[in-house]
Amino acid sequence: MNAIWEALGWFGRSAQWTGADGIPNRLVEHLWYSLLAFALTVLIALPLGLVLGHLRRGRPAAAAGFLVLSSANAARALPTLGLLILAVILTSAGDLVPILIPLIALAIPPVLVNTYAGIQQVEGGLRDAAEGMGMTGRQVLLRVELPVALPLILLGLRTALIQIISTATIAAYVGLGGLGRYIVDGYSRQDYDSMAGGAILVILLAVLTQVAFAGLYRYAVSAGVRQRAAVS
Amino acid sequence: MTPVIPVLAAPEGEPLIRWDWIGRNLGGDIAESLTEHLVLSFTPVLLGLLIALPVGLACARWTRLYPPVLAATSVLYAVPAIGLFVIFVAFSGLTYTTVIVPLALYTLSVLVPSVVDGLRSVPDHVRQSAVAMGFGPLRRLVRVELPIAVPVLMAGLRVATVANISLVSVGALIGIGGLGQLMVKGMKWPGGGFTTPIIVAIVLIILLALVADLILLLVQRLLTPWQRAGRGRRAKAERAADAADAEASAPVPAEPEEAR
Repeated sequence: MNAIWEALGWFGRSAQWTGADGIPNRLVEHLWYSLLAFALTVLIALPLGLVLGHLRRGRPAAAAGFLVLSSANAARALPTLGLLILAVILTSAGDLVPILIPLIALAIPPVLVNTYAGIQQVEGGLRDAAEGMGMTGRQVLLRVELPVALPLILLGLRTALIQIISTATIAAYVGLGGLGRYIVDGYSRQDYDSMAGGAILVILLAVLTQVAFAGLYRYAVSAGVRQRAAVS
Repeated sequence: MTPVIPVLAAPEGEPLIRWDWIGRNLGGDIAESLTEHLVLSFTPVLLGLLIALPVGLACARWTRLYPPVLAATSVLYAVPAIGLFVIFVAFSGLTYTTVIVPLALYTLSVLVPSVVDGLRSVPDHVRQSAVAMGFGPLRRLVRVELPIAVPVLMAGLRVATVANISLVSVGALIGIGGLGQLMVKGMKWPGGGFTTPIIVAIVLIILLALVADLILLLVQRLLTPWQRAGRGRRAKAERAADAADAEASAPVPAEPEEAR
């Protein structure tokens, strides 16, 4: 426990707050990589999940759904560190792109699965009512299925972002900047204060993300859907 | 500050896999890392399960306990494994404990909600029938409620086990990573990155996760024989219900919660 208290002193040192290795710069780096990877993930996985979930009838759609669900289970087993190291060794080291690829590849399944499952599980009656009111397929998807599926979709987005933030930390091991640098450099210099400082910052960032999504849930999910979720 | 560990690209003409290296190290390096990996990934699952059961039971029994516990587990679930590993170095140094305790906490954060959801999935009429048949609280729990909770509980256990198996390798950042050590070794190979040990480690981890998942699935089938016994009859009944109610909503949630 003592070592943790001593590590808190690390935050007090003025050197920690300026320059390329200062906390503000490392935090901005970490956020930049994470949000970039997150944005690309959402761009790929969200539309795909929406469309696959919407086209739930018929054999091809069922096969696609099965593939989506198994991809998520398989992705859980993939070791992040190994993929990162492999990506960097096989391409030019120090580049951002080879590191982004595993980051995105691991974040796609949670978004895809939750979007797909969320849309697919919308009650048939709701969908029929929307169609009966004369809505087109696109309107049914965007105005009925999307709002009803939003709690699950947000859960998937949250899982993906938190996973990206923690994987970006590990990526410091293969040369990425960001908060993970404190842990990796601290370990090789045998400087525990730096390691603990980095760990505390990463944990705070992940927990804040979790809290931010709880706020987003209250703001974005319609009151009716929230109530139903609470009852069931 | 520049990165302290240089990462070198693989040398030109180096094959992706050198089978002779695998042959020479199968009994030594690979077996040792695999054994360490097994210990580091299954101990936390067992510990997590042992703690999650009483905690989950308490939360299901005293429902006011559940919201704060759920909030705590969901925060715990968000915490990156590497962060917890580093924090625990302060308590237990560079030992197995430093990896096992955070992973046990992580397992706990997955399993407590599973236990509670599982117990809540027991239909009320079943519980009442048990009471009417003279089952006391303990016998009702062990003979009726827990068996019915098994499928939900096992779903959580499978998620936690598979996630643990892949998370252990992250411990390599503090030098305790089971098969993760092989990945680090390949990265720091003198003269440039050496892909063979890295690929061996990745493949073994995926195989391990697959086998563990299958074993748990098998255990679940053995623990819930009634799910198979009534299948033919029940499926027929369900088809009939489906025909009557043109489009039944899909009742099976897709294990949406995902691992890091």
